[in-house]
Amino acid sequence: METNFLIQTLASIVAASTPVVLASIGETISEKSGVINLSLDGSIALSAMTGFAVAFTTGSVTLGMLAAMAVGALVALIIAFASITLRQEQVAVGFVLTMLCIELADFLGNPFVRRPGPSVSHAPIPYLSDIPILGPVLFNHNLIVYLSILSVVLAWWWTHKTQPGLKLQGVGERPESAFARGVNVHRLRFVYTVIGGALVGLAGASYSLSIKLGWSHRHTSGIGWIALAIVIFGGWSPWRVAVGCYLFGLLKALGSILQRNSAFVNVPTQIFSSAPFALMIFALLLLNSEGVDRLLALLPPRVARQLDRAIRGRSPGGLGQSFIQE
Amino acid sequence: MRKKLMGVLWGLVPILLALLFTMVVLVIVGASPLEAYRNILLGAFESPEKMADVVAACVPLILCGVGMCVTFTAGQWNVGVEGQIILGAIFATWVARNLLWPQVPVLTLMVLAGILGGALWGAVAGLLKVYGKVHEIFGGLGLNYLAQGLAIWLIFNPWKPADGATMSGTDPFPGPAWMPHFRHLRVAPLAVVLTLVAVVIAYFLLQGTRWGLELKAMGKNFRSAFTLGVPSTSRLLIAFSTCGGLAGLAGAIRCSARYGRMIPDIAGGQGYLGLLVALLAGYRPQWVPLIALFFAAVGVGSPRLELNMQLDSSLGGVLRTSVVLAVMLVNGWRMLRARQVRRAVEEAA
Amino acid sequence: MKVELVDIHKYFGPVRANDGISMTIESGTIHGLLGENGAGKSTLMKCFSGYQSPDRGVVRVDGRPVSFDSPAEAIAHGIGMLHQDPLDFPQMQILDNFLLAFEDRILPDRRKGRKVLRELGARFQFDLDPDAEVTSLTIGERQQLEILRLLALGAQVIILDEPTTGISAPQKEKLFATLHRLAEQEGRSVVFVSHKLEEVEELCHHVTVLRHGRVTGEAEMPCPVSRLVEMMFGRNLPPAERVSVQPGQTVLRLEGVTVPSYRLQVQDVNFEIRAGEVVGLAGLEGSGQRLFLRACAGLEWVSAGHIHVDGQELTGASYQRFLDAGVAYTPANRMEEGLVGALTLSEHFALVDRHGSFFLDWNGVRERALKGIAHFNIIGRPDDPAAALSGGNQQRLMLALLPSHLRLLLMEHPTRGLDVESARWIWQQLLARREDGTAILFISADLDELLERSDRIVVFCGGQMESVHACDTTVEQLGYLIAGKGQTGG
Repeated sequence: METNFLIQTLASIVAASTPVVLASIGETISEKSGVINLSLDGSIALSAMTGFAVAFTTGSVTLGMLAAMAVGALVALIIAFASITLRQEQVAVGFVLTMLCIELADFLGNPFVRRPGPSVSHAPIPYLSDIPILGPVLFNHNLIVYLSILSVVLAWWWTHKTQPGLKLQGVGERPESAFARGVNVHRLRFVYTVIGGALVGLAGASYSLSIKLGWSHRHTSGIGWIALAIVIFGGWSPWRVAVGCYLFGLLKALGSILQRNSAFVNVPTQIFSSAPFALMIFALLLLNSEGVDRLLALLPPRVARQLDRAIRGRSPGGLGQSFIQE
Repeated sequence: MRKKLMGVLWGLVPILLALLFTMVVLVIVGASPLEAYRNILLGAFESPEKMADVVAACVPLILCGVGMCVTFTAGQWNVGVEGQIILGAIFATWVARNLLWPQVPVLTLMVLAGILGGALWGAVAGLLKVYGKVHEIFGGLGLNYLAQGLAIWLIFNPWKPADGATMSGTDPFPGPAWMPHFRHLRVAPLAVVLTLVAVVIAYFLLQGTRWGLELKAMGKNFRSAFTLGVPSTSRLLIAFSTCGGLAGLAGAIRCSARYGRMIPDIAGGQGYLGLLVALLAGYRPQWVPLIALFFAAVGVGSPRLELNMQLDSSLGGVLRTSVVLAVMLVNGWRMLRARQVRRAVEEAA
Repeated sequence: MKVELVDIHKYFGPVRANDGISMTIESGTIHGLLGENGAGKSTLMKCFSGYQSPDRGVVRVDGRPVSFDSPAEAIAHGIGMLHQDPLDFPQMQILDNFLLAFEDRILPDRRKGRKVLRELGARFQFDLDPDAEVTSLTIGERQQLEILRLLALGAQVIILDEPTTGISAPQKEKLFATLHRLAEQEGRSVVFVSHKLEEVEELCHHVTVLRHGRVTGEAEMPCPVSRLVEMMFGRNLPPAERVSVQPGQTVLRLEGVTVPSYRLQVQDVNFEIRAGEVVGLAGLEGSGQRLFLRACAGLEWVSAGHIHVDGQELTGASYQRFLDAGVAYTPANRMEEGLVGALTLSEHFALVDRHGSFFLDWNGVRERALKGIAHFNIIGRPDDPAAALSGGNQQRLMLALLPSHLRLLLMEHPTRGLDVESARWIWQQLLARREDGTAILFISADLDELLERSDRIVVFCGGQMESVHACDTTVEQLGYLIAGKGQTGG
């Protein structure tokens, strides 16, 4: 009974974290190449709406997912074009796109508000889902959830183990060095930003077609910002980003369990709904603040260096900077 | 002369692009673009009442936009304006509910309390940035959600109306706490005057004072400004508080002049719109009123789309944000062209 | 492989960086390219290695004309360049750095990469751990890694741009041995770009000298130094004169100061500097001298000890209070930490007038700017943005912005990147301040500058400091001190 409940909770955390995982991994990929896609919150909303609308109209969930990915990729393409080709400030373009996408999602999604529609069907993976504990937690879900888990593994393998992945890291780390090695910096940045954007689009689809079915006003609000913070928290490493996502999912699950508990019935719900954001600030505070720096400085250098690496990752050296290819 | 004309023409290109984009969006949903634009225009200007609404809607936009000109000049993305509006409104509401005085002292105190509340919340964002090294975008957003949570909690608990709490807010304020309107129009002259004063002061602060120069230096290169002796920490906190104070004033005005009560959605996205206004104004306060007027007109005009055309009023939002995006893209494209031309000239020489 | 550069022209607007330069590099030789800063060496080498394309002129490899639009194409033709600041990826592993350059395939052959790296390294006695991160290497070791990369890619001509800046004396010896081996035993060509005469003298077989974008002379080595100097400067320079000033009262006193940083600690430092004294801080980059200097300006957190300026305790005080006490600090990265590129010269002058009136009087500011510009020979107008100035003029602007009366002047690399003329002029200005009782504390990587200008030199090595007198130390001794006496230095 107890273990059953635990397994169920873990499985629901894995499922519920799907959008955050997909969005964070997508963002990790694009930031690894040096481009900040700040539009996540808007991209997710617009792609969630599009995914649902297409699936609703055509009856095909697959088409819905593809449409959502296309929207995410398109938004990312605009950011890449504006920041790489036109050399506009990435953060500014990203922010404006966030708002534009949210407004567009509201406007175009109006006819689809609170309509029941199709969803991704449950598909346990044969054999794998029979493994005790691991089976129900990881392999008893639907396609999008599997894709989210796969995206973590693939992103890590690609960036750290493959030759093109080395180039991706290089482009984000120090574009001028990558250029000296014959890498086409601008093209790679375009490619990875768009791939990352497509994953963000899939995150949107996972919302409206799997986690929180359908579409309504402010359906996905806030999740993009959480994903952006988790990328920092995870130090731009796919594994740690994934850990951050599931940790966040765990905390949310704990929150909703507590909220239902009679002992907390007097705690206003607003506390629970704004808690994730307080948590986000707190996490970032812990990572970067000068106080932590000073504490580290007092420790023996070796311990301090390891602790520093353990709690904070280093951002790609060329993040957010435009590279002028002569 | 010809150069100036070209400048004006180039300024129109983004607007045309945005109209074109909105047109495509309208065609997608099968609505007539011209009809939609006509409805927005009529909705904003058909009567003195509507025009007064536009002016009233300008007020918070201008205040927030001007405030963000200050923080943008210092190189900061103060996204926390939404929360600063809320805090201003909360402080002002506290005054309105607890000090049952005559109109003049109550309104004065509400305005001051609003400024104080916003400034404090702005300072928190500044502190997080300066001492916590939390990027101001995340800090500001987090604080927005916290402020929103606080507002809802207040409305649903200590400030609950006698007949039960709802999303429509607290009980109306006592009479003296309402900012007087101009005749039957829904615009408060006091609010307009305060706003214009804020624009003028901000303009002179940024243009003609050491303080403005210091902010500009910090915005362009934070580390160099510090080396050159700018006390960046205190300047940054002051910039955040100034912006917060202006946003808080907007919050006080919204609850006192517009709603006459505290509502959960008191900020109503004004903070984010103000950010767009400041971006479009290129961080120059003198341009803020004009752009705010455009934003406000679209905002007041678009609900008519719902009434007459069964379209969602967020079309107005699409129009406003796509103008900003188009401005960025067109500027970028012009700079790219200029670079290409320069290179071609150099190669020819 | 014989390479010829024929009649290379490269203009930047009105500036003729290369104005018809021709040179021939024979295989198996080390070819020196000498010239002051701004003589056109870097531009020529960029045209040579694919970073820029020349406006006119050709590169011939073994008699065939070739052209390339990127460094990758240049290396495909066998021409590779080693930059002063090695173009690598600091946060990545050495092996990954090495592998990144190779052909596109999905999975890199790590085993082969490791083997190649080890074999190549062994050939030159380079000791690089493939699994270490580049951040853990010294500049000298990063150069070694770059050399190995270029060799693995098949470079027949290796261009080195001022490679000895910032590396230790033993590393320099090793580098020179490597270059000799590359040229004499392996038959490759080496182009050694430098403005340091001694190094060219020691290393090269053949020298081309540039001035103002043209070739002013060529010589087979050995060749009398005076001739090289004449080709470089158009005349012989008199040696710098040393004027000692009788030191006055103690300006800065540090007692048991510890500057913690978890990368490096500067621990328990006692130090004094008197009015009119000039103290040079030597050491490899990252040995603690910068932490120390910045702590003296109140820019680093001090965890223990006391800092006194003119007898006034300023431990833990803000940078602003240090400024008020008559301390000034000029960083090395002028455009990153010293000047605001987008602000005009006038605005800079207004900004540094910290106790001026709240409302700015732009006419007065402009007048002050004009005065500063005239007095410091800055080529620029009050309304020009600082970013539009050349490096030398930016340095002059930083000096012009310093208050006229100072107690303590802290400088990082006061003349880095400047030509000899400008450097001399800047030192004149600095030394003149001594008469006023200003104490000067400066960091430099240029050993000659340290020995020539300081009364006392403090050498940093791994956060430890050691004091030596400038007048009875030689460049070699100083070099070994900097590298840490006991160490072999990689």
